[in-house]
Amino acid sequence: MTRAVPAWILLLLAASLAAQVALHAALGPPRLADEELPPAPSARTLRLAAFGETQAAARLGMLYLQAFDLDGLDYARLAAWLRALIELDPRGQYPLFAAARIYAEHPDPARARVMLELIYEQFLLDPNRRWPWLAHAALLAKHRLKDLPLARRYAAAIDRHTTAVEVPLWARQMEIFVLEDMNELEAARIMLGGLLASGRITDPAELGFLKQRLQELESRVGR
Amino acid sequence: MPAATLARSVLLEARRGGVPWLAAGALAIGLAAAAFLSQVALTESAALQLAVLAAVLRACAVFLVAAQVAAGTLREIQDKGLELMLALPLSRSTHYLGRLAGFVACGTALAAVFSAALLFWAPPLQVALWGLSLALEAALVAAAALFFAMTLPNVVAAIAATAGLYLLARAMPAIQALADTPLAAETWPSWLARGAVDAIAFVLPRVDAATRTEWLVYDAPPLAEYSAALAALALYAILLTAAGLFDFQRREA
Repeated sequence: MTRAVPAWILLLLAASLAAQVALHAALGPPRLADEELPPAPSARTLRLAAFGETQAAARLGMLYLQAFDLDGLDYARLAAWLRALIELDPRGQYPLFAAARIYAEHPDPARARVMLELIYEQFLLDPNRRWPWLAHAALLAKHRLKDLPLARRYAAAIDRHTTAVEVPLWARQMEIFVLEDMNELEAARIMLGGLLASGRITDPAELGFLKQRLQELESRVGR
Repeated sequence: MPAATLARSVLLEARRGGVPWLAAGALAIGLAAAAFLSQVALTESAALQLAVLAAVLRACAVFLVAAQVAAGTLREIQDKGLELMLALPLSRSTHYLGRLAGFVACGTALAAVFSAALLFWAPPLQVALWGLSLALEAALVAAAALFFAMTLPNVVAAIAATAGLYLLARAMPAIQALADTPLAAETWPSWLARGAVDAIAFVLPRVDAATRTEWLVYDAPPLAEYSAALAALALYAILLTAAGLFDFQRREA
C-alpha cells in the first residue's frame, strides 16, 4: 500500500516542472545557423573524441557543418573541417558531396574556388573513388566561374589519374565534354544521367537532392 | 554439471533483473536516433543510420554486460550468497568459471539480438562477422567486470574500473597518434610521456581493432585481420580470467 504524498511536495514538483518548461521556452532552441563556425580540430583529435567510431563521427560531423548558415560561413575553416572529416573516414563520400554540390555552388566566386581546389586536392589522393566530384567541379568552373582553363585542368586530371575500369568513358572524356558548346543544363543532365546509369547514386536522399537541384537549374535557365 | 547450473542461474538472474527490457530500450533508442539522423542527411543516409546504430548498440552491449556483472556479483557478495556458494562441494575455479560462462552467454545473447537489428542495413555475412566480434568483446568486458567486482568493494568502483579500462583501450591508438607528433620538442619529459603511453598500450586489450563499424558500412575485413582481432580479444579475456581465478583462489571465504 502506498502512502499519501504531502501537498507541498506535489506543489513543488508541479512548480519546478512548469518553471523548467517556461525556461526552455524563453531561451528558445539553440541555433547553429547564427553562430560562427569554430576552427576545425585535427583528424587525430576527432579520432580521439570518437573513441574509434570514425565512420559515425565523420557523418555526424557533416550534419553539424550542415547546420551552419551558408552565407556566414568562413570557407577557410569550412575547408579545414572537411579535410579533417575526410581524413577521419577516407572512404566516406559525404564531405566531398557537400563540397561539390552545396558549398562550391555558392554565388561568391572566391568561396566557390576554395571548395573547387579542396575537391581537386582530395581527388588526387583517391582518384578512382572521388572522380564524380571533380567532374562536377569541372562543370562549375566552366559554367559558374566561366573559367575554361580551370575546367580543362580538372577534366584532364580525371583522364590522367583515374585507372579503375568502373570509371565511365564520358568521365574520361570530360575535357571534350567541357569544350563542347553546351549550356549548363544540358551538361548537368548528361552528367546526372550518366551517374544514374552507372548505378553510383543509390541513396534516395541524394537522388531527391540532385533532382531538386536539376529542377532549380531548369527553372533558372528557362527564365 | 555444476558449472552449467551456475551459468544458468546467472542467466536467470539477468532475465529477472530486466536485461531483456534494457536491451529492447537500447534498440529502440538506437533505431530512433538512426531514423532521425537519416531525415537530415543529404547523402549516405543508409550508411549514417548503420554507423550510428552500430556505435550505439556496441556501447550499450558493453555497458549492459559490465553493469549486470558488477551489480550481480557484488549483490551476491554483500548478501553473503557467495559464502553460501563457497560452502558447497565445488572447486573455486568451477564456481568462478561457471559464473563467468553465464555472463558470457548473456553478452552473446545481447550481441545476437543487436546484430539481428543491423540486418536491415548490411549484408548477412558482414553482420555475422561484426556480431561474433561483439560477442567476444562482451565476453572480454564480462571477464574484466567480474575481476573488478571480485576485487573492489562496491558497484560504482567496479563499473568505473571496467569502463575506464574499456574506454582507455578504445582511445589508446588515438592517444598514441597524438603523442607521436613530429612537432613536439625532443626533450626527456616528452620522451618519457611517449614511453609511458606506449607502455600502457602494451597491457591494454586491442578493442579498437575489433567490432569495427567499417566492416558493416564498407567491406568485410580480410580473414587475417579479422582472425588477429578476435584472437587478441580472446587472449585478453583469458588473461583477465586467469587474474580473476588467481585472486579468487586466494580470497578468504
